[in-house]
Amino acid sequence: MSADTPPGRAAARPALADVERVPGSAKPDPILSAQDVTRTFGGMTAVDVDRLEVQRGAITALIGPNGAGKTTLFNLLTGFDRPDTGSWSFEGRSLARVPAAKVAQAGMVRTFQLTKALSRMTVLENMRLGATDQSGENLFIALAPALWRRREAQITEQALELLERFRLLEKKNDFAGSLSGGQRKLLERAGALMSKPTMVMLDEPMAGVNPALTQSLLGHIQALRDEGTTVLFVEHDMHMVRHISDWVVVMAEGRIVAEGPPESVMREQAVIDAYLGAHHDTDLGDDRLLEDDVTEQLEAEAQAEEEQR
Amino acid sequence: MDWQQILTNVAGEIIAPTTAAYALAAIGLNVHFGMTGLLNFGQAGFMLLGAYGYAIASIAGWPVWAAFLVALACAVVFALILGVPTLKLRGDYLAIVTIAAAEIIRMVGRSTSMTAVTGGNAGLAGDGFKGSFQDLSPLPDGNFAIGPWSYSTNLSNSWWVRIVGWALVALACFLVWRWMNSPWGRVLKGIREDEDAVRSLGKNVYAYKMQALVLGGAIGAVAGIVYVLPRAVQPDSMGRPMTFYVWTILLLGGAATVFGPVLGSILLWTTLMLIKTVLRDVVPTTVLRTEQIEMLGWVLVGVTLMLLVIFRPQGILGDRKELAIDVR
Amino acid sequence: MRRAASPDRITSSRTRIAHRSRRALVPLLTVLLSVLAALLAAIPAQAAAVPCAADPATGCIGGTIRTSAGEPAPGIGLTITGQGESLAVVTGVDGRWSTPVTAAGDYEVALDEATLPTGETLRDPAANPRTVTVRLGASVGALFPLGAPTAGGSGGGGDPSTATPEPGTDPAVTTPDSGKPSSITAQRVAQQTVNGIVFGLLLALASVGLSLIYGTTGLSNFAHGEQVTLGALLAYVGCQLLDLPLLVSGIVAVLLGAASGWLQDAGIWHPLRRRRVGTTQQMIVTIGLSMALQYTYQFFLGGSPLRIVTANPKPVRIGGMLFTQQSLTSAGIAIIAIGAVAFFLVRTRTGRATRAVSDNPALAAASGITVERIVRIVWTLGAGLAALGGVLLGLYFNATNWNMGGAILLLMFAAVTLGGLGTAWGALVGSLVIGLVVELSTFVIPSDMRYAGALVILILVLLVRPQGILGRAERIG
Repeated sequence: MSADTPPGRAAARPALADVERVPGSAKPDPILSAQDVTRTFGGMTAVDVDRLEVQRGAITALIGPNGAGKTTLFNLLTGFDRPDTGSWSFEGRSLARVPAAKVAQAGMVRTFQLTKALSRMTVLENMRLGATDQSGENLFIALAPALWRRREAQITEQALELLERFRLLEKKNDFAGSLSGGQRKLLERAGALMSKPTMVMLDEPMAGVNPALTQSLLGHIQALRDEGTTVLFVEHDMHMVRHISDWVVVMAEGRIVAEGPPESVMREQAVIDAYLGAHHDTDLGDDRLLEDDVTEQLEAEAQAEEEQR
Repeated sequence: MDWQQILTNVAGEIIAPTTAAYALAAIGLNVHFGMTGLLNFGQAGFMLLGAYGYAIASIAGWPVWAAFLVALACAVVFALILGVPTLKLRGDYLAIVTIAAAEIIRMVGRSTSMTAVTGGNAGLAGDGFKGSFQDLSPLPDGNFAIGPWSYSTNLSNSWWVRIVGWALVALACFLVWRWMNSPWGRVLKGIREDEDAVRSLGKNVYAYKMQALVLGGAIGAVAGIVYVLPRAVQPDSMGRPMTFYVWTILLLGGAATVFGPVLGSILLWTTLMLIKTVLRDVVPTTVLRTEQIEMLGWVLVGVTLMLLVIFRPQGILGDRKELAIDVR
Repeated sequence: MRRAASPDRITSSRTRIAHRSRRALVPLLTVLLSVLAALLAAIPAQAAAVPCAADPATGCIGGTIRTSAGEPAPGIGLTITGQGESLAVVTGVDGRWSTPVTAAGDYEVALDEATLPTGETLRDPAANPRTVTVRLGASVGALFPLGAPTAGGSGGGGDPSTATPEPGTDPAVTTPDSGKPSSITAQRVAQQTVNGIVFGLLLALASVGLSLIYGTTGLSNFAHGEQVTLGALLAYVGCQLLDLPLLVSGIVAVLLGAASGWLQDAGIWHPLRRRRVGTTQQMIVTIGLSMALQYTYQFFLGGSPLRIVTANPKPVRIGGMLFTQQSLTSAGIAIIAIGAVAFFLVRTRTGRATRAVSDNPALAAASGITVERIVRIVWTLGAGLAALGGVLLGLYFNATNWNMGGAILLLMFAAVTLGGLGTAWGALVGSLVIGLVVELSTFVIPSDMRYAGALVILILVLLVRPQGILGRAERIG
């Protein structure tokens, strides 16, 4: 672990210190809490989560072997898929079966595993799209620029600030499609921040990113937490999980099998079993997992398996 | 070869009401496809509904503005009916549903059992609904000529129809320009690129797609009115081929551009006229009959559409980097 | 990029479904053709009453006479007089009659009431004889609805309706008839049900290719209707212009149809896939192709209805229901051909590979299947079946024209969407449903709106069950 532990972690870790290290444990200050969430595809149960709470202001990692249902759970929580059963609340407000757009408006914004930067729009337009409260997005008001120009100027200012922070400022007039994979991830993340969300959900934020950018992406995630934003992310990269997360939730076969701080949870028998079930030849701490082609192969196999069902 | 006659014919197509009508229809389709990425293959259905709505209301004695509103209302209702089931589904479903719905409109309209309302497959003769529109004309009766263009001022294929038709095209272009460069247009563009991404940013994608569908459909209905003002309402002349011509026009001029549809319409109709008149002049009728020349023209339109989509999907005015075709 | 399964990297011991599947297509085509041969031989192709085809020098007068129960009324005599001519015609087994005239103007059409079937009367006796105005190059209908006389004769056929061959109309719908829903009797329901099944089977033949092409390449082929038309037109050219027996021209039509599918894939779609042109873009290309083909057909063969076989079809009565020999034979061929396709898909290596590609092209490629080869086979087979469907539909409708396939294209889309896009079984089930809907809907809606009824069903299905009857719900994310 790095010696210079950031201040956000200093606040988040003690709060989680006394939390019971069992699946579904209660958190002192949960921002998101879900009960009995299930989702089946055909005969296969993709998600079957009895209970999950996410601590406010912390970075929580959601890990598990391929096909564990992590992305499906993400899709459910953010309104991109509908559960068979279950309920969850975000900041005390029930969000089960609420459309994705409403979830985002409530302050829970997500990114995607396959980056969804809008490639045939400029970087700046991508950013502006993330903003809220732009009355010019109304069909009729749009026709009278006088009514929305002031807000547009504020939005542009905010966008430029964020782009600067994400080192994308000089690219602002390029089409997003011309950016590298890592830059697109940065742009997607920056766009998500335009609406000043209280919680961001990142689906594999490191996947496909050039190692040179890894450090700055990690830094951004920690900076988010330090500013008080809650972060929940799905990741395969154990290195990253250990490095930045405050709490780890492990899923396997649709269920949560373990929870705990990153240092100890990896040693739990349930976690080892979960991973052994899928890739017994893979060392969890193996840095080879960082290499693209290995990840790619695992991915392809997992996808093929998923689609075969 | 009578070049003067050929040029007069071709020049006539530039400002013809039909050209204006197709330009309007393509502007509507541009809102659907160019701006939002919606695959509407039923634009002719919107046009036919607009034409029916306007003509039937006029025949019933309603004033022009009321008949116009009836046409718009028909298109809005049609768009809502189409959009509710399909806008949440994959894009190609919208394509199949719109093309089917347009055919339903035509089949119902031409049905013998609807003769009392729509005139069945004979349609509605122009004399029944043109009167109120022609009476609105401030122009003196008679004929008027500028250069190669010589038309009556107020009768059915007149200057008055041309003036109103092209004024509507200009208005539609202005509105679309405003919309395209507004935050509203930005959201549509985002949807065109990836609607899940836009959804994740908190925009109600469904509502925006519906607005685009209704708006483009309403412009299509206006196009339908302009199309039938110089002629009759003929359901069978407003079927699937019409939709495909509108698509060709849009892709020729350039989707997601303001003037692409107008340029496309003018180019398509003048080129067709040029080819047809030259062939008629040059090739003896023993080799090619008149109808065969007509058909040859349409074969060319089909081939043009294919080549455009493959080799220049951004059309004449579009930006290659921003071409808008391969989206869902 | 990360997600794209790279086939050469995956070296797992997954079963190779087909390394290099054998040419299962050849035996399949052989089976199809021999069946076609056996059955078509039963249909006589001799020339008899030539139906009228309107061209610039000819106008047509015609119509269909149905009994009050809605069945075709054969053997009714009509005389047409005017412009110095006097012609006599008799309705065929399908109740249709038509006659060409060479001068435009008014003609008086008189129906010989003595030839009406027993118990039948004209619904509007005052409208016999009636006068119709003929334009050259167009068809005009003269309608004589049968049934109980109605006051004022407003029984839907009050005016002779003009049936000009127009784009977008089709041979099955241009038949002028009363347009009113017919009365429901058990026998009519049975008859229409069987008709629906026959039509559904033929539709299934035409749409299997549409569905398989969608399944293997993701392309919605709007030019598939033109493949159907091609089969019918080639059969017409063979029978009527080259005087070949129906059998020979049918086989040649199917072979040429299949060849055209091979050529199309090799010449257009394969290169487009290699250029990575998206499926939406390709779909618009199919629309352009459809337009170009339709007008090419019209360029060579004109716009009027063409009859593959000019003999009046022989009526066959089974259990009180009236069929033509043609439709029964067509249904038989369709069943055998569909059976052959089913055998191909389930039992042969290539067939199983086809289904695998349909299920998941990336996975199939990863398991060693040459996807492009399968796609080529699907195009060839699909186009061949469409051509066969076209020949049989041309016989079933009793006429074909440049737009026959275009007119049923949406019914085919409805069928495959209903059954679940991309599955062969779906195409069969969906086609049968659509066939039944089309034929049975005439009890509740006017018969010239019956195709519209099928399309309404399509929209409703998308609303309720977008994956179709047999399709599976898609998993997102």
